[in-house]
Amino acid sequence: MGLSTYLALKEIWRNRGRFLLVALVIALITLLVLFIAALGEGLGTNNRQYVSNLDAQLVVFLDKSDFIITSSRLDQSTLKAVRRLDGIAEAGPISTSSTAILLPDGKVLKVSMLGVESGRPGLPPVIEGRTYQTQLAKEVVIDRNVALRSDIKVGDEITIRSTQGTKDEFFTLKVVGLTEGQAYFFAPTIFVPPSTWERVRPKSEAEASKTIPDINVIAIKLDDPSQVEVMKARINATVSNVQAADIATTINNIPGYSAQQGTVQTQGVFTLLIGVLVIGGFFQIQILQKVPQIGVLKAIGSSNAVVGLAAVIQIMVVTAIGVGIGGLLTYVFSLFFPPTIPLVFNGQASAFAIAALLFIGPAGGLVSVIYAVRIEPLKALRLS
Amino acid sequence: MSTVALEVRNVIKTFSLDGGKINAVDDVSFKVNSGEFVALVGPSGSGKTTMLSILAALLTPTEGQVLIDGQDLSRMSEKKRVVLRREKIGFTFQSNNLIPYLTAKENVEFMLRLNGKADRAGRARTQELLARLGLSDRLHNLPAQMSGGQQQRVAIARALIHNPTVVLADEPTASLDTERAYQVVETFANLIHENQRAGIMVTHDLRMCQYVDRVLMMRDGKLVQVYETKDEIMALANGGVH
Ligand SMILES: Nc1ncnc2c1ncn2[C@@H]1O[C@H](COP(=O)(O)OP(=O)(O)OP(=O)(O)O)[C@@H](O)[C@H]1O
Ligand SMILES: [Mg+2]
Repeated sequence: MGLSTYLALKEIWRNRGRFLLVALVIALITLLVLFIAALGEGLGTNNRQYVSNLDAQLVVFLDKSDFIITSSRLDQSTLKAVRRLDGIAEAGPISTSSTAILLPDGKVLKVSMLGVESGRPGLPPVIEGRTYQTQLAKEVVIDRNVALRSDIKVGDEITIRSTQGTKDEFFTLKVVGLTEGQAYFFAPTIFVPPSTWERVRPKSEAEASKTIPDINVIAIKLDDPSQVEVMKARINATVSNVQAADIATTINNIPGYSAQQGTVQTQGVFTLLIGVLVIGGFFQIQILQKVPQIGVLKAIGSSNAVVGLAAVIQIMVVTAIGVGIGGLLTYVFSLFFPPTIPLVFNGQASAFAIAALLFIGPAGGLVSVIYAVRIEPLKALRLS
Repeated sequence: MSTVALEVRNVIKTFSLDGGKINAVDDVSFKVNSGEFVALVGPSGSGKTTMLSILAALLTPTEGQVLIDGQDLSRMSEKKRVVLRREKIGFTFQSNNLIPYLTAKENVEFMLRLNGKADRAGRARTQELLARLGLSDRLHNLPAQMSGGQQQRVAIARALIHNPTVVLADEPTASLDTERAYQVVETFANLIHENQRAGIMVTHDLRMCQYVDRVLMMRDGKLVQVYETKDEIMALANGGVH
């Protein structure tokens, strides 16, 4: 061990330029992998944040809607039927739509507008200001991200532009509260009472005179959160034309969520593979150049274990240095990234990425280590 | 009183080549005492490198025995031979002798590290030995920063530092000019005599034989002639390059 470490470190130090170069390549790969992981996490968060933060254990969908929130349509009688069931603490209707806020400077900010009842699952905790008072109020609770991007404050009035039939209609709503971290479907979110939602939301000509809001899904908070499976079965059996899903299923069926996470993960895996090849290539070439000296090492009495371990230690040290530099670079770069880019450096995802990166060194170098162990000491005499 | 350090008994090494067989070493026997410096000469292909590889425990003989300090290395496991190589044998190679990323001093000390003897006394001896070989001002140079002769002398120091029983040198003068070659071999011979090692040097250059105590001449794998008296050896050495 001592002897191997000695050889490995001496060689790295005396060829520090060359090894630094490989470490920098590993650093760049690290940077890429960490950013891809952060992007995956960021995109995922933006997509699922609202759903995963719901104060609910089950979500009720229209039967055969494939658990897709936007394809599900429920009516008020279904909501009543669900509320009558035993074991349900709260049931909050959720209606979704996309609209835009007109900003004072003439710009437009796209938002998800959700119609949810105050005090029921669906409306997240208000961190500043208050929630809206009645189900008809011309009031809105906005996500802090909307406030940050637009300079809107609690107490301001905002103008919503919404296409109804063939015309653009404009509605003025008063901002009464802020919530935190509530992106749904990539857009930051604003919350309005159900009746207001029905009035403001974009609709077709045919729907123009509707006043009773359609509901997409119902978020259910259970009396006993451990009874998810039982309650799911009960809802499916008792209420007609619905299917209930737990939160994880709901997230996985957010349109594009699984495909997007799959794409990002594939990119990450391919980047790691490139890393394996780069490291493998470098150390293989290096070991080929080192055949005579490894022959000498063995001829004068170094064991295969010493030579092999030295190769492993060297690869691990270089990889660790590269990953360290890469981690540092990632941190520095992340400080300069605008908040609009969805990068989330989540401890778990980054830790997993770093573990994978530290593993690619030995994986890539394995062939060269085996090669080193197999070199015959006789090479020292025959190769001149 | 000199003792037998190395004994070769009826060693045969057979290689198979394209179906045919050749005896690269063919029934060779000799002994080398401690404090004795022996040259192994002979035409190209006569089996010198093969013989040296067998003495170094790098090749196992097809038949016969090699004893170092009475231990038969033709019967040893590879593990034991690795230990024997680092404890009882010192080695210099024709070229690519040194570990390129270790300095002169570190290259020599490495032999002590291998044997777990790189203590203060060992380091002091390293410095002394390198000084003896005229390398005091090259201690911290890497091989690439030294001439061929300097590298060869570092290799000689490495071959001697751990007090091995047997010191083997393959063509130590091949990459040196004549003047340097004489110097290197003379110092080598002196150190072997002073420290009571058994030295064996393979060489093409018969002139180098003037510093040895005995010359073994090989041809077609066989030991064909032994030059033992000072007169015989000097006559051979003055005869010129083989
Ligand atoms: N690994 C091997 N396989 C087959 N034949 C070999 C092998 N090694 C050596 N030989 C043969 O054995 C004979 C002796 O070779 P060796 O290298 O020992 O000669 P040498 O005396 O060192 O020659 P030189 O002075 O040219 O270095 C040669 O005929 C050579 O071709
Ligand atoms: Mg030879």
